This record gives sequence, C-alpha cells and structure tokens, in this order.
Amino acid sequence: MTALVLIETEQGTVRQASRSAISAASRFGDVDVILFGDNAENAAKLANVRKVLHVTNLPHLLAEPAAALLATLAENYTHIVSAVSANSKNILPRLAGLLDVQPLTDVIEIKNDDTFVRPIYAGNALATVQSSDRIKVLTVRGSSFDPVAAEGGNAPVETLGAPGGYDKSHFVKVEFSHSDRPELEVARVIISGGKGVKDAGNFQKLLEPIADKLNAAIGASRAAVDAGFAPNEMQVGQTGKVVAPELYIAVGLSGALQHLAGIKDSRVIVAINIDPDAPIFKVADYGIVGDLFDILPALEKAL
Amino acid sequence: MTMKVLVPVKRVVDYNIKPRVAADGRGVETQGVKMSMNPFDEIALEEAIRLREKGHASSVVVVSIGPQAAQDTLRTAMAMGADQAILVRTDAALEPLAVANLLKVIVERENPGLVSMGKQAIDDDMNATGQILAAKLGWPQATFASQVKIHDGKAEVSREVDGGIEVVNVSLPAVITADLRLNEPRYASLPNIMKARKKPLETLDAESLGVDLTPRLKVVNVSEPPERQAGVIVETVDELVHKLKTEAKVL
Ligand SMILES: Cc1cc2nc3c(=O)[nH]c(=O)nc-3n(C[C@H](O)[C@H](O)[C@H](O)COP(=O)(O)OP(=O)(O)OC[C@H]3O[C@@H](n4cnc5c(N)ncnc54)[C@H](O)[C@@H]3O)c2cc1C
Repeated sequence: MTALVLIETEQGTVRQASRSAISAASRFGDVDVILFGDNAENAAKLANVRKVLHVTNLPHLLAEPAAALLATLAENYTHIVSAVSANSKNILPRLAGLLDVQPLTDVIEIKNDDTFVRPIYAGNALATVQSSDRIKVLTVRGSSFDPVAAEGGNAPVETLGAPGGYDKSHFVKVEFSHSDRPELEVARVIISGGKGVKDAGNFQKLLEPIADKLNAAIGASRAAVDAGFAPNEMQVGQTGKVVAPELYIAVGLSGALQHLAGIKDSRVIVAINIDPDAPIFKVADYGIVGDLFDILPALEKAL
Repeated sequence: MTMKVLVPVKRVVDYNIKPRVAADGRGVETQGVKMSMNPFDEIALEEAIRLREKGHASSVVVVSIGPQAAQDTLRTAMAMGADQAILVRTDAALEPLAVANLLKVIVERENPGLVSMGKQAIDDDMNATGQILAAKLGWPQATFASQVKIHDGKAEVSREVDGGIEVVNVSLPAVITADLRLNEPRYASLPNIMKARKKPLETLDAESLGVDLTPRLKVVNVSEPPERQAGVIVETVDELVHKLKTEAKVL
C-alpha cells in the first residue's frame, strides 16, 4: 500500500494540518507527498516521507489541471489523502470524479485500510463507513491526527509539470487578509465573537487585545461574518473551520448547532453571554452570564 | 441570451432540528422529522433566479433526486421562482458519486449553460457532488462562491478560501457551488405558492436512467458522538481567570 498526500504550505512552511495528513496516511504504508508551488526543500525535510513530487507550473492550484495531474498519478497509489482545506475540498472530489470513486470528506479516524469514521449532520452523528473503491480518496481533519515532525527527513524531490493547455478556468486574483495571528486550525487559544459583539469596531476593540495577550486566533460565528464584523475565513462551524484548541472563548454567540459542530473538540470552552439560557452554556466548561461589554475589558485587565 | 440554469435541490432534515441517531445504528431518525430544502441549495437557486431576472438566463430548471416526497421541495423551489422541475425518484440513499452520475444524464438531456448547486448537503456534509459532476462533464468548476458575475460567456466567481477571497474566471458551461454569503434567498409568497402548483413537474425513475447506483461505501454503523457536559457558571472575571489557571490549566 502506498499513499500520496497533497500538502500545502503557508508562508513557506508546510502547514501543520498537512503534516497531520502525512501521519494519518502513514497508516496505509509508504507516503509520497505532492506539492504545488514553492518550498519543496521544506517538504523534503518532513519525517515519514518517501518522495516529494514537486509541481512547479501551477502556483494557484486551479482544481481542473491539479485534478487532471493527480489522476495520471493515482494508479500508483492505494490512497490519495489531504488535510481538509479549501483547496483539498475543491480538488480531491474532482479527482474522485475523474477516477469514478466516491470520495470521503473530513475523516476523523482511520480504522483500517478501507474503513473510516467521519462526522455527518454537523457532527451530531459519526458514521463508520467501509469503502470498496480501488483507490480511496479522502480528506482528513488535521486536528484528529498528530502531525509528523517538520524536520529530520531527507526525501528526494522529483519535479513534475501539470498538463498545460487547459483554458476554461483562469485565476484572476486572491485577496488574503493578512494576519500575524496563529491559524485557527492550529491555534492553542481561540477567542470567537458572535452577533452580540454588535459591530466590526467592537470586534477589534474588545477581542484583539485579549487575543494579543493570549497569542490567540480570532474566530467568528456565521452571523458575525454575515453582518460584516469579521472576514469569511474566520467563520467557525459546520461550514466554516473546525477547530480544536486547548481553550475556546465564545463571546456573544448563542451556540447554534452549526457553530457547535466546529468547536466540540476544544479541550476547554468558556462562554460569555448575557442570556443564561443560551445553548452555548450547555457545552461550556466555564460560563459567565453578563454583558460582554463589561466582561471583556475586565478579562483583558485580569490576564 | 438563452442559457438555461439547472439547480439540483436536496430534501434534508431541517437545519433547525437536532438530529438523533436511529436506535438500529444505521443512520439518523427521519420519521416524523421536519424536512426542508438543503439551505445551500436554496442559495444556489436564489442565484439562478436572479440570473434570470437580470437577463443572463432564460429559464431555471430544478431537479431533485430522492423519494416521492421530494416533490414538496421541488414545489417550494418553483414557488421561489424556478420555471419547471424534474423529480428523479428513488428510495435509496444515494452517494454523491451516484447523484453526480444521475445529474450528468439530466444535464445531457436539458443542456443547461450553468449548473448552480449548493456546496454541501447538511445531512452527509460531504461537499463533493458539484466537483464530481464537473469532472464527469469535463466542465470547469467554481466552488464555494460568494459572488457570481456573468459576462461574455464566462462567469467571474469570487470564492471563499482559507485565507480570504479568490477570484476565478470560468468559461460556460460550468458548475458553480454556492457558499453561505452568495445571497439571501427570498421567501415564497402565497400567490407564488399557488402558481407553483401549475408549473410542470416531470417524474423519472432513477433506475431507468442507465446509471450504476451501487453504493461504494458500506455503512458499518452510525453512532452518537461523545456529549460534552455543561460545566460551571462563575460569578466574576477573576474567578474565571483563577479557574483557567489552576483548575483547567490552560492559561
Ligand atoms: C446551512 C447553514 C450553515 C451554517 N453554518 C454555520 C457555521 O459554520 N458557523 C456558525 O457559527 N453558524 C452557522 N450557521 C448559522 C447558525 O445557525 C446561527 O445562525 C449562527 O451561528 C448564529 O450566530 P450568533 O450566535 O453569533 O448569533 P445569535 O444566535 O443571534 O446569538 C447572539 C448571542 O449574543 C448574545 N448577546 C447579545 N448581546 C450580548 C451582550 N451585550 N453581552 C453578551 N452576550 C450578548 C445573545 O444572548 C445571543 O446568545 C449556519 C446556518 C445554516 C443554515
């Protein structure tokens, strides 16, 4: 058995979630990784990697040529794996379509080579499924698997080109919101705001100083993102990012089913909400009932 | 322009209902549970209707693959503004691969210039059908759309990606999958609900479309996730910080 893992980098370093995907895929046998873009030298240093396939001519990772290239490599592998990300969710199901196999999204546990556990219904149920496909195409949740070491390996790098000539899809631009904070998926502490924070100014004024003190990532509920308090990539939940920090501080958010789907695996949840009946208190380890506009400044001082 | 837009819609357990795992461990209880259109499909449908209203599309065709009761979902879609509906009837719980293969047959029949669909269904949360369909058709795809602009036979689509917003330009025909912030779906008005009853709804049998519907995944079991327990309410911020330091040891 051999697995191919699609890995991604963030500012030059291999994402922690990608390292978790390598460790997940190691259960199946040897692991080759494929990287689109720069920094193959960092990929070569990863532990548990047999070979790095480095694709140099597809920096923007368009799904169509990326999936087409992966399809030409797929027959050499029993499993094609990636950490859950916007890119992998775009590319791997398309690859599965090309291979005529049923992909598996968001795997949180690997039972054996063909049996996997994944959440369904916003994490309100866990399905254990056995795949009969000849090649398994799956995305795994980074927080469910310990990452392999970023250093220590010395894998050979092979350069590949994606098929050219695909002209039905073009990259136009990307607008990244720059942030020096840790990524939500790997942050040790997260402070998230909801509709109760009331506007973007408060989001900055009240959440950021606390995030600074705790080296925390900032998250948001859907309602807060919809209302323009925070950018879309901060949304936590069923259809946003799934997080598993040591400490999750939920501020002025009610704890809807879809939000809870994204935070259930946090070690400690703190809820700050003015409504004692808010559902977030049902999952919180520590709660404070009160006005966030009083509590957050006090919390900042107390830290 | 005479482009038709095809919108697949799925009947799912309503998003406000907390699903319960069925006692036999085969799935989730759906008997007597409120069912609705998958919220992402509603958004995809709203976008299609707006494209028609702006003159980019001539008609909106909705298709649902599911049991007879999925007719209700299709009537709702027509009350929102779809022109006609197709029910591909099956009582089997089909996987995204089989659904995509059936949709391909419908696409080849209907010849749409665009398939507008939800990015994921909130029951199986697979986030795959649109991408598989695009692959099967050899069409470009623009997933997780938060804005769609049509011009010169192309769609310029803003996509919600991990670090922000990415913009891609895809040639039509294409598959676009809708994310939450693409639009806010309209409610069906009472007169439109009445009108929808007279709109055409065709029923096809899934088995008759020459598609292999055999599942690739065997459900070994479906179980409840571990429940979190409610903790304690503290009175002051100082007490909270103290507990986080000494009890939870996270600070
Ligand atoms: C298909 C679909 C997918 C979705 N995906 C997601 C998702 O991924 N993530 C997500 O978060 N949601 C998601 N949602 C939305 C979800 O259902 C809720 O609508 C949303 O999470 C509510 O956000 P909120 O808690 O900020 O707002 P509300 O529910 O309005 O809660 C605001 C809270 O703030 C409190 N509050 C108000 N003022 C104060 C104050 N001064 N001090 C303290 N507390 C205060 C209130 O008591 C209340 O509890 C999804 C919905 C659908 C249909």
